[in-house]
Amino acid sequence: MTRTAFEQQLVEIQEEMLLLGTMVDSAIERSITALKERDVDLARHVIADDARVNRKRYEIEERCLELIARQQPLAGDLRAIVSVLYIIVDLERMADHAEGIAKIAVMLADEPPLKPYIDIPRMAEVARHMLTSSLEAFKDRDPARARAVCNLDDEVDALYDQVYRELLTYMVNDPKTIERATHLTWVAHNLERIADRVTNVCERVVYLVEGKISELNVSTY
Amino acid sequence: MAELDTSILRPPTMERPDVRDAGAALAPSREPAVDAILRPSEPALFSLTDLSFWYGHKQVLANISMSFPMNKVTALIGPSGCGKSTLLRCLNRMNDLIRGVRVAGRVEYRGQDIYARDIDPVEVRRRIGMVFQKPNPFPKSIYENAAFGARVNGYRGNMDELVERSLRQAALWDEVKDDLKQIGLALSGGQQQRLCIARALAVQPDVILMDEPCSALDPIATLKIEDLIRELVNEFTIIIVTHNMQQAARVSDYTAFVLADEAGAGHLIEYGTTHDLFTTPKDRRTEEYITGRFG
Repeated sequence: MTRTAFEQQLVEIQEEMLLLGTMVDSAIERSITALKERDVDLARHVIADDARVNRKRYEIEERCLELIARQQPLAGDLRAIVSVLYIIVDLERMADHAEGIAKIAVMLADEPPLKPYIDIPRMAEVARHMLTSSLEAFKDRDPARARAVCNLDDEVDALYDQVYRELLTYMVNDPKTIERATHLTWVAHNLERIADRVTNVCERVVYLVEGKISELNVSTY
Repeated sequence: MAELDTSILRPPTMERPDVRDAGAALAPSREPAVDAILRPSEPALFSLTDLSFWYGHKQVLANISMSFPMNKVTALIGPSGCGKSTLLRCLNRMNDLIRGVRVAGRVEYRGQDIYARDIDPVEVRRRIGMVFQKPNPFPKSIYENAAFGARVNGYRGNMDELVERSLRQAALWDEVKDDLKQIGLALSGGQQQRLCIARALAVQPDVILMDEPCSALDPIATLKIEDLIRELVNEFTIIIVTHNMQQAARVSDYTAFVLADEAGAGHLIEYGTTHDLFTTPKDRRTEEYITGRFG
């Protein structure tokens, strides 16, 4: 295989990783929509689609391992492949969190609504913005943007704190809400974890460009 | 390793021609980016200052300044014709044997300028041994190959012990101990190269220079030599020229990247720990070379 073919394959695994990112973003978006709109069919689709995400992750991993074995990549090429290998794990775990939200959406669909959803969709919006921005930072090799994305994790943490306290108030005031409120804290927790995993993606962008591995933003949770 | 007495490099009776060309120091300098050239923190065995080199009118090395740390493996990498082998051969004055060469700058070995007039190049080459690209055993027995350098140097100790020690150090003893009278040329290529390493070790050098020592060997023989290099570095300083970047990455502690300019003169572009150079090279040209996008 010539270097031209190698370069083509290197580009392809990065494009596949970005495609996996859009699958994960879609899973998060649809899981929250399913929760808000009490749409069980949509939630079940998100749950079923998680297997596709997992398959895609393993396909990319296989291709990365083959490139390492056949091409012995070095320097920027090596950092790109190593970054992809780490990022696909985080993306796959984000999809698991979306699947978790979808499962809760199924469970809550038969229950009367506890409250209008405001902060949870807001958390999802920020987390999704972080995810797409981190992947753009990867595509553009932009460590400054990756660092800026990490700072948004504080906003997600603050929203999580707010949601948690509010749900706690519901539980204290009316024990009949405990089960629903607990499920909603899990939803918020899943979103908070998604944002944390986006910071891992950002750390890999910095590593890819600058060759330094460092923790960019330590989450409160 | 104990400090060697470098005064032995300059026996009082020796008068050697100085191959340095004082005017050559005026040649134009192309300094590489300062931050791409590491200064290793370990004690330096060699210190090169503005080393330039000419074959006749053709300049092949330009203002190389770097140091080689003691008891480490340093790899010299770069495209064909970049001057890396010439640089290696400057370290033990092997280039003196070629007519019409000129050297400018300083090559200090243990603080001594090895190109000074009163330095004995034969003693330099004893201290700083060399292993070449193609295994080149003499048409003699294994024993005599290992003993050759020591005999030439008038070794008066127990030759059997020296031969065994050298062959053991070269990881060859177990394979040849029962057949030391066999001709060296009858060994496999990998064994012949280890015999040449044993021959170099028998004169008790301080440094081993290796000029593409595995390029004529198969992958298994190559890995044996590489394992041997990692063993030997506990006792010796090793500087290796290799075209094989994976080999440089596997065996060396430090790596230097040399690249020739349009006129063909080799410049030191980047020098760093092997880890840094192969994962995060600082210079774009290094990145392009090691990722195969050069040129």
